[in-house]
Amino acid sequence: MKLSKILKNGFLIVVACLALSACATSKKSTGQMQGDVYTGTDTVEYLASGVPDRVFFATNESVLTTASRETLRKQAAWLRKNSKITIVLEGHADERGTREYNLALGERRANAAKDYLMTYGISSDRISVLSYGKERPVDSGSNPLAWSKNRRSVTVKAN
Amino acid sequence: MKNFLITFIIIFIPVKSFGLIEVDITRGNLNPLPVAVSPLSIDEESRKNFENILKKKNIGSEISSIVENNLRISGLFNPLNKDAFLQEPDIANLKPRFEDWNLIKAQALITGKVSYVEEKLRVEFRLWDVLAGKEMMALAFTTVPNNWRRVGHIITDKVYERLTGEKGYFDTRIIYVAEEGPKTQRVKKLAIMDQDGANNKFLTLGNELVLTPRFNPTSQLVTYLSYFRNLPRVYLLDIETGTQEVVGDFPGMTFAPRFSPDGKKIIMSFAKDGNSEIYTMDLENRIVEKITNHPSIDTSPSYSPDGKFISFNSDRSGYQQIYIMKSDGSNVKRISFGKGIYGTPVWSPRGDLIAFTKLHKGKFYIGVMRTDGSGERLLTENFYQEAPSWSPNGRVLIFYRETKTDSSGKGFSAKLWSIDLTGYNERQVPTPTDGSDPSWSSLLSN
Repeated sequence: MKLSKILKNGFLIVVACLALSACATSKKSTGQMQGDVYTGTDTVEYLASGVPDRVFFATNESVLTTASRETLRKQAAWLRKNSKITIVLEGHADERGTREYNLALGERRANAAKDYLMTYGISSDRISVLSYGKERPVDSGSNPLAWSKNRRSVTVKAN
Repeated sequence: MKNFLITFIIIFIPVKSFGLIEVDITRGNLNPLPVAVSPLSIDEESRKNFENILKKKNIGSEISSIVENNLRISGLFNPLNKDAFLQEPDIANLKPRFEDWNLIKAQALITGKVSYVEEKLRVEFRLWDVLAGKEMMALAFTTVPNNWRRVGHIITDKVYERLTGEKGYFDTRIIYVAEEGPKTQRVKKLAIMDQDGANNKFLTLGNELVLTPRFNPTSQLVTYLSYFRNLPRVYLLDIETGTQEVVGDFPGMTFAPRFSPDGKKIIMSFAKDGNSEIYTMDLENRIVEKITNHPSIDTSPSYSPDGKFISFNSDRSGYQQIYIMKSDGSNVKRISFGKGIYGTPVWSPRGDLIAFTKLHKGKFYIGVMRTDGSGERLLTENFYQEAPSWSPNGRVLIFYRETKTDSSGKGFSAKLWSIDLTGYNERQVPTPTDGSDPSWSSLLSN
């Protein structure tokens, strides 16, 4: 009886540990993703103070999220203040798609960002678009979080 | 490269009897035909001459090894161990002692002779049906010594054709993208090699990203995507001369190029303002035609072998699916209706099937379906694989496969693989570096 009680308690402790660690890891990933769109800042660089350089997309999507639109409005404000600056919008896809389709998808994502910048007063003359498809991931992982970081459009200063 | 311009002089030696062995290639072959490849015999003087020219001690044995290796990787033949051979190569070529070959369970026997004739390599070879005790085929040909590897491939093609009733695919080359470096910054070069992995050569230096090379079915031209000056465009490369040029004058990214079956047009995608459409350009008069007209992504076009139809990839239904249309862009019809998403349709050189990549529940498959979308058959499943390319006889597919990285993002690799249409005989194709985007050439010798 005593032995089984000890074992039982031991078992409970093990189960509790498992539950905690599972909790910790899942919290970490949901904390950086909403749905499957990346919301973290690990890979984000800044064009100027408070102006993030990139926006993220859901799998197979080129629709801008609320957060993406906010980022692009900051970029537009910065571009209006710095009227000499021209930019390249680099569109990317994750590794879970065929190469040729992903080239087209990267182009579509970068153009979604371009269209939004244009509606905030940035001339198309100052914007060029370059798709890398899945050729230039920022995260080499083969997991949903890495893929979410790689589905992106990055605004790069061209001059 | 120049070697490929030199024609082979092939003489058919008349054979009196008809052979009895046949190999069925339409089913997975679990009992490959036992075949004995006797080393090609060579006289001492010829041997010395070739040793001087080619730095190979015995060119007869070298050529036989190529034949043996080809037969093995075809999956249809089982080349027997030479140590068991009882008869000397020179005598076997004159008149095999069939009892001896029967004893080691050989059903077919290949014998032959190499000689040095007027600075050329002369080869004759014979195919024997061991059980029937009869000669099935005899051929002789002459070429420049440097073509010795191709001699081995041509012999294999002839043997394959005689025993299966279908053209071989051994005297062919593969163009592909050689890859090196970390996954986040891969360096990619165009590379070309023989079908068996020999004679690998890099065609670009790796200064710019290159993708998706494809052979012209009728010449030594290649079309591919290059990021030269950060402008992704379709290029045309002559692998004989090394000259290259941009295809067309498009104000944006062109990609996913392929030749028409007559080699006179390039079909490709052009992306502008977030929309990719399919275009063709005639290589003679440079006339550009727009083929699709739809606000979705239209890409990965591939002609039917008669040039009358085009299969392509579109997400007009919401997800990537396979469509076919007439070559003028009319009669667009979706053909993939299975579960999952479909990409990279490639029309078989026989015309009856379309090979594709499929993603379903997190796994990637290479499969084939009929041109109306019926009869879907998945040949292989993996973490990631795509981009099948057909052997010229439509019996084998080559594609590339990438590995899943571990939790620290390490362990990435990309390799070329081939599989028979039957779903059997899956094997890695050797490359000196990592590789992707393979494209199979036509037969070089006809």
